[in-house]
Order: sequence, then C-alpha cells, then structure tokens
Amino acid sequence: MKKKINLEDLDCANCAAKMEAAIKEIPGVINASVNFLAQKMTLEADDDKFDEILNKAVDCIAKVEPDCKVLI
Amino acid sequence: MTKKQKTALTRIIITAVIFFPLLISEHLGKLDGIPGWGRLIIFLVPYAVIGYDVVKRAVTNISHGQVFDENFLMMVATFGALAVGEYSESVAVMLFYQVGELFQSYAVGKSRQSISAMMDMAPEYANLEGENGIEEVDPDDVEIGSIIVIKPGEKVPLDGTVIEGESMLDTSALTGESVPRRIRVNEEIYSGCINGNGTLRVRTSKEFDDSTVAKILELVENASDKKAQVENFITRFAKYYTPVVTFSAVALAIFGPIISGGGLKSVSTWLLRACTFLVVSCPCALVISVPLGFFGGIGAASKKGILVKGSNYLELASRVDTVVFDKTGTLTKGEFKVSRIIAAGGSSEKEQNAVLDIAAHAESYSTHPIAMSIIEAYKDRAGEGAALDSSRVENAHEDAGLGVDVRVDGNEVTIGNGKHLEKHGIKYEACEENGTIVYVAVNNEYKGAIVISDTIKEGVREAIAGMKKAGVDKCVMLTGDRRAAAEYTAKDLKIDDFYSDLLPQDKVTKVEELLAAKAEGRYLAFVGDGINDAPVLARADVGIAMGSMGSDAAIEAADIVLMDDDLRKIGSVIRISRRTLGIVKQNIVFALSVKVLVLVLSAFGIANMWAAVFADVGVAVLAILNSMRTLGTDVSK
Repeated sequence: MKKKINLEDLDCANCAAKMEAAIKEIPGVINASVNFLAQKMTLEADDDKFDEILNKAVDCIAKVEPDCKVLI
Repeated sequence: MTKKQKTALTRIIITAVIFFPLLISEHLGKLDGIPGWGRLIIFLVPYAVIGYDVVKRAVTNISHGQVFDENFLMMVATFGALAVGEYSESVAVMLFYQVGELFQSYAVGKSRQSISAMMDMAPEYANLEGENGIEEVDPDDVEIGSIIVIKPGEKVPLDGTVIEGESMLDTSALTGESVPRRIRVNEEIYSGCINGNGTLRVRTSKEFDDSTVAKILELVENASDKKAQVENFITRFAKYYTPVVTFSAVALAIFGPIISGGGLKSVSTWLLRACTFLVVSCPCALVISVPLGFFGGIGAASKKGILVKGSNYLELASRVDTVVFDKTGTLTKGEFKVSRIIAAGGSSEKEQNAVLDIAAHAESYSTHPIAMSIIEAYKDRAGEGAALDSSRVENAHEDAGLGVDVRVDGNEVTIGNGKHLEKHGIKYEACEENGTIVYVAVNNEYKGAIVISDTIKEGVREAIAGMKKAGVDKCVMLTGDRRAAAEYTAKDLKIDDFYSDLLPQDKVTKVEELLAAKAEGRYLAFVGDGINDAPVLARADVGIAMGSMGSDAAIEAADIVLMDDDLRKIGSVIRISRRTLGIVKQNIVFALSVKVLVLVLSAFGIANMWAAVFADVGVAVLAILNSMRTLGTDVSK
C-alpha cells in the first residue's frame, strides 16, 4: 500500500532527510520519502502491517522533530 | 505567518525590549558595580525568554539519541559564552539565532506558497448531472461516463468529450499559452483548463486521479524527489560539515591556548572562539536553498506548459549541447498528403487513378500515416460514396520501414520505398521529388510512384534558432525518409546534421553513436512523440516528448513533456534550467565562502560570536530568497 501523508511545521530540511533515513529502516517498509518543500511524506509498505508501520513512522518523525505534526 | 511564527516574533520582541537597555547599560559601564554572578542572573532573564525552547529541544533530542543538532550546538555555544563571562554576547547570539530561524521559516513558507499558488490548477468541484438535476460534487466521486456541466468561467474538473456546447478554453494552466482555444462538440477536453463564455456538457472519460490535471500536479510535486547531482552532493557535504566543524571547535579550544602560547589565561578566549565555530556549523543555508531552487525551476517550467519530471532532468537540460529530433510528427505535422502521382504507363489521369487504385487497396490494412494518405487520396478522387473493396485484397504482409506485399485482384502487388522494391529485385524509375516516394509494382513490374509530402510544423525554424541561442551547439535530425528529402528539410530548417533512411531500430543505434561521441559533462536530448519513439527517448540523456496536453504515452516515456507540442518551448526549458543551475551555484559559492570566511575570522578572534551568527543567519536568508528567483518570470520567450 502506498499512502501520502501531509505534515505540518516541518521547518528543517536536515530533519526531513534524517526522518526519511530513519523511516526507511523500519522493517516492512518498501519505500519512503519525506518531501521537505511540499511537506509530505510518502510511505509504501506491506498492506497487512501498514497501520503498525505508519505508527512507527510517526514515532520517527516525533523523535527527529517533536514540533512536526503528522496529519493523518 | 503561522501561529508558531507569531509566538516566536513576540518572544523576540520581548527579549529585545529587555535586552537592549541592558546592553546599552553595560556599554556605558552602568553595570560594572554588580558582581559577576549578579550580572549573570540579570542576563539570564532575556536568555531564558528567547532560549528556553532551544535548550529544551536540545535536551529532549539527546535523550532520543540525536546529539549533534542545531539546538545542541547553540546551547553549548551560548553556555560556553556565559561560562567565560560574556553574558551579553550569549544573549545576543541566541536572539540573532532566533531571528534567523524566524526569517528562514518565513522565507520557506513564502516560497511554498508561491509555488502552490502557481500550481493552483486543481479543480475543487464538478457539476454532476444526475436524476435530480445538477449536483455539485467532489471531482473524485465522478465515475467514468458521467455527464458533467461546465459553466462559463469554471475550471474543467475532469477529462472527457464534449457532447453539447461550444466555447473558448484557457489552456494556460496546462500549456502556458494564454491564447484561448475553441472547443466544440466531439472534441476532447482536458481538466485544468478554464472555460470561457459557453456552457459545456461533457461526458467524462477518466476518473479524477487519472485526469490530466491530477497527473501533472503529482508529477510536479514528485519531481523534487528525483534529486539532481548537485543536491546529492550538498546532502553528503552536510553530513560531514557539521561534525568536522564541531571537532575543529574542540581542537581550537584545546590547542589554541597551547599553540598561541597564551597558556591558561587565554583558555577562555579560545573557548569563546571555539563556541563561535559551533554557531557557524549548521549547513542549513545550503540544505534548504538548493532544493528550493530546483523546486522553483520546475515550477517556472510548469508555468510555461513544460513538465519536467525530476530535478535531475532540469540539471541535465542545463548542460545539453546536442538536440536530436525525430522528423515525422516532431518537426513535421505528421499529416501526409499525396502531392503527385506518376504512372509508368503515361501521364493521363486515368493511368494515375489506376495506380492510385491499386496502391490504396494494397495499403488498406496498414495504419501507417502514409497508407492513410494514399487511401484518403483515393477516396477524394473516386468521388462521393467511394469505399475500398476489401474483397479484392488478400494476404497483406507489412515490412516495417519498407513496404507492403499483398495480392490485389489476384495480382502480386509490391508497394513501398526504393529499398523494398530492390529487396524484391524489381527495377523502378527512381523519383527525385521532395517528399516520401511510394513505388508501386504489380507482378514484379513497376507501375508507378506516388509522392507524399508532409508539412513542417509552425514555428520549427524559430524553435531551432531559439535553441541555438539558448546554447545548443548541434541540432541533428533522424528520419526514415530517403536522403534527398531529408537533405531538403535539413537545409530548410538550418539543422546541422541529419541521418536518413533509418529503420526504427537504427534510430536507437544512431543515438548511441552520438552519445558515445559527445563531450564530457555535456548531454544529449532527444525530441520525439511518446508513442513511436519510446526506446530512443529512454536512451537519450534527456528525453523530450510532445504531450498534446497529457498524452499518457508521452508522459510515461519522456523526462520532459511539452504540453502543447510547441518546439519553441525547448529553448525556454534550456534557458530556465541554466538560470536555475546558475542561481543554485551562486548560493553554494556564496554560502560556503561566507562560512569559511567567518570560521577563519573567528579563529583569529577578529569576528565575535554575534557577528558570526549574523553572518550565518544572513547567508541562510539571502540564499533562500535568492532561490525564489528561480520562479521568476522569463522576460524573453
């Protein structure tokens, strides 16, 4: 499954890169990208574990930039 | 301004109001009487107001395992300053840092806004015709085959065919062309256009996600994900830059006093200088401004109806020195028309019609544009109600790029170009006219030739001149046409090189030859239509296809799509790409030089900490603002 999720208050381009790298490491993730300019995260992962992976991704984002809001 | 930005601004103002009087008092010596720790407490007040979130974030991030980030470095730098008694400096640094962050956030927000405003072609609703009349719905919810109504002035929400009504369309969102186009019944209409004065009823042919406007928006958004080489370099650079500067700071703090011979007394001075280093250690200016620059460039191209599918393609386009064109359908309209019929037996009309009759039937099973033109000419000449009699035709066999072998009225007919007849050992009278020549032979006997001409598209000469002006060195034409015709066209259009008599697979080989021969660091672009030229488009460094407002094949196959098939846009996209790369390089050079300068000056104690912050922050803001120039309007076409 591939989903596009909007982010808010993503202010640091470095952070976007760190988030992307961290999310890619989550097991079950086929591909992930964090677009700093469009403030969007694209997550492609196994269908059956998708929600679980999405939650882990949200955690990664919070760890790198706590102020960044994920708009699910 | 967002809420977060407004809060930041308030805190900055409050801090400034508290801090500046204190700073002035300090300068005037009014605070000299107060003991060290007293002054510390006084200055800690503005420091706390302006810096508490930085410290908090630094600590939280460390607990998450993220040590080396901006917050931590700023915290260490300012704490260091406080530790050596430079209280006002510490507050000033934190204040300037926050001002810089605010500016940065504001600039990024503004850029995002201007780009999304430009991309504002997404329709918000559709007027769906249902049993209960017309209902306003989400374009996402409209099924294929539904009827929608588009009122004057509205955005066309979905792709479809016009079933009723006539109007003028503003296609500028897709093509960048401001001249309105007429749209009538049975014509295709594309989402994203703006309707003129007529009401239209349209039967939708695609769902919203597959519609032209949705695809374009998605492509442009995702284009920034395909990173240019320059961007990758900056990302790698940023990874090393921060640790290197941090360790240099530590080295400076430790070895400075030793090497300079100042001993223990100078430790605080060197510590301060080391902290200054930390302030300059964030590569944010580069990491933000470079992608932003490319984003702007892609947006600028979009405004002109040029879809660039990746920042990397924009980068390649800026270094293109050779442009290779396919002839038919790219330089020419692809509309073939029979211009002359030559009969071997004589020049009477009866003889000519006989040749045409055989030829048309022979070509009746082919869908090649040349075949279609012969059939059309036959129908024209044969008069009203004429139709091909397929019972006369059997065993049709087509050889791509050569011709057709078929039986008409029981006779073996060989029809095709010179090579085809030669392959069958048939002697013919070569025709030297300009255009495509189709020879006709019946039972291995030459019967005649049909001359078919194609028209050059409008604006092609201008386009080629424009490309040369934009910096392209060589224009090359590839065609399956015979040499004489190709030469004529090449001379007419001022094309530097041409290769004729090419079979479809020869074109790929030719492009590979040209690729092998090109200069280091320069690239080759190929221009074709998306359908027939897909392999060549893929092989070229930059594949440019003509999109005819969203042709799926073109968008799939190419790296850059010209939404309205106008070759003049190639010059524009090369110009835009060079401008973008130019601005990006300016930013890199500017940011790096200022940072290095500040580092050197700080190491020698010439620049103090808040000057360093000022320089660092100023550089970031200027780089971001400079990147926004890539969006700018191109004065020339």
